[in-house]
Amino acid sequence: MSSSVEQHSPLLRDAAAARRILRQMVLIRRFEERTEEQYTRARIGGYCHLAIGEEAANVGAIEPLTDADYLFGSYRDHGTALAVGSDPAAVMGELFGKATGVAGGYGGSMHLVDVERRFLGGWGIVGGHLPIAVGAALALDYREADGVVLCQLGDGAMNTGAFHEALNLAALWKLPIVFQVINNQYGMGTSVAMASAETELWKRAAAYEMHGERVDGNDVDAVYEAASRLLQIAREQRRPALLETLTYRFRGHSVADAGKVYRTPEEIAAWKARDPIELFAARAIEAGVLTADDVAVLRRDVDTQVSDAIKEAASAPSPDVAHLYDNVYGDAGTGEQFARMDTAAPFGERRETRNWRT
Amino acid sequence: MTYREALRRALDEELERDDNVFLMGEEIGRFEGSYKVTAGLWKKWGGKRVRETPISEEGFVGAGIGAAMLGLRPVVEIMTVNFILVAMDMVVNHAAKISQMFGGKINVPMVIRTPGGAGAQLTAQHSQSLEVMFAHTPGLKVVAPSSPADAYGLLKTAIRDDDPVLFMENLILYNQTGPIPDDDGDEGLVPIGRANVVRPGDDLTMVAHSYTVRRCLTVADRLSQLGVQAEVIDLRSLRPLDVDTVVDSVRRTGRCLVAEEGWSTFGVGAEVAARVHRACFDDLDAPVERVGGAEVPMPYAKPLEMAAMPLEDKIEAAARGLLRDCGVL
Repeated sequence: MSSSVEQHSPLLRDAAAARRILRQMVLIRRFEERTEEQYTRARIGGYCHLAIGEEAANVGAIEPLTDADYLFGSYRDHGTALAVGSDPAAVMGELFGKATGVAGGYGGSMHLVDVERRFLGGWGIVGGHLPIAVGAALALDYREADGVVLCQLGDGAMNTGAFHEALNLAALWKLPIVFQVINNQYGMGTSVAMASAETELWKRAAAYEMHGERVDGNDVDAVYEAASRLLQIAREQRRPALLETLTYRFRGHSVADAGKVYRTPEEIAAWKARDPIELFAARAIEAGVLTADDVAVLRRDVDTQVSDAIKEAASAPSPDVAHLYDNVYGDAGTGEQFARMDTAAPFGERRETRNWRT
Repeated sequence: MTYREALRRALDEELERDDNVFLMGEEIGRFEGSYKVTAGLWKKWGGKRVRETPISEEGFVGAGIGAAMLGLRPVVEIMTVNFILVAMDMVVNHAAKISQMFGGKINVPMVIRTPGGAGAQLTAQHSQSLEVMFAHTPGLKVVAPSSPADAYGLLKTAIRDDDPVLFMENLILYNQTGPIPDDDGDEGLVPIGRANVVRPGDDLTMVAHSYTVRRCLTVADRLSQLGVQAEVIDLRSLRPLDVDTVVDSVRRTGRCLVAEEGWSTFGVGAEVAARVHRACFDDLDAPVERVGGAEVPMPYAKPLEMAAMPLEDKIEAAARGLLRDCGVL
């Protein structure tokens, strides 16, 4: 470890900071490993996309966010939620489809949310949340608020029309937003080279007169440094940016994909040799900020925390089917608006099954 | 006051009433709106409250959703309903889902205003009535006023509603005149989900929305010369649909015709007919009749366009057929 890294790494400034960062990354890793296991036990349904390998990209970019800032994520959002500080038991509860989940069991793996921490969603349509994140930034600008939006996306979203429209509007309107493309190099089984004419994704920013840059997404220090800087510029100067964090998912696209037919064993091994957690742990130990024992204790703590989260989720109640119709609308007057639609409603749509939010 | 002016007054008053309300859309500022609904508002309120956008419907509808999630009340104008199809993902996959998908923790208080309708030789890509696509979707509310008073009152209600509302206007209606309340308070508010009996009658119930209500009124006048009094119901809202008002009427008249400018198949008439058949099975003298646009892409040539539209003659012919079946004519 060179002394320059220590000097340039605010994450290694003291043991508490290093421990927090490492713990968040280890939490994501362990949570996702156990999620995969729980999925195979059929306690989790639907699609399930793991963030294993992408811990530094998540934690490094989310760490600089303040209480004024907003966060948007893709459907690969477990790591996003954990990095922003959501309760692991409530996140696991959502994966289990329980009433105690972050979205009450209505959203599932792809639609995690934490309004209190201003994490406004995991979103299931590739690229679809980008214009919405722009709207959040527009609202901050409208109110002359201090906040900034961090909008995560995958490399697959780069080629949607929504990406183009969102980045153009963000730059045109000088909005406080940073787009973080977590380039894990494959959209499902399609490599960036097969999908993008320009494979250096950060260069797309130039088309919008926007700052773009690429950092090593497995180096949490590098991600943190770049994200801090770009978020600050967006906040203070209303100049949005595109930050490419180059990383790799150690697992397949989802738990249903082994991730092996479109990637070589050599490629996977080469990236696993650059494990973001091992890189940071080694750096912290080498810098004398943490000891090997510290790391081992931390890992054991996280194991227990995740086991407890699973136990809590498993024993939590499922949503009551009497609440099937809850929250489809938010306006308090909705029940009255729809009351005259109950007559001759199809079977199953009768009024007595409804329980509007008021 | 025209329908267009009624909309403009509603927008102006809501901009005045609530700082969170802002307008967004293509050409709504300096150009004063493609159909001049927003004329003068940019000059009065400035670019922050009346935000001009590039041609990026997916982008700015999405931006409206995001702004609404943070508590603003965007009123997004889509120049004509045909262009909303490029933003369909934002409306159906996003706006309609957010409240429930995130466990009821986030609302989307947004209005999308857009005109539909045919009759000006605008051809296949600019003459559609697509409101049923949205009325089909849980999570959305859909309203379609036919008079200046309802345009005024429903737009104000929609802006104050905490859910995404698709506000369907109509190109031919913009010049329609009619009274609206003088008071700029809450007097003129029109509730979502309440139909309006615009012409009373005991012999036939005619159900319509938007400009087709006007056509039905003309047909009702013609029928009255034959001694038939048709009741005309303006649905005003499609989702929620005021079934009660229709059913109350059909129980009295025993006959029901539903007219709409859009295609009948899977249309408003299909839904109304299903409800009426179920609720009024024993009251009906004949099956519910439906009239809609010809099920073709709208052609250009004037005779072809007129033949494709559910104009007064076509509605009248359907009404006469229904009445003949019932032994009335």
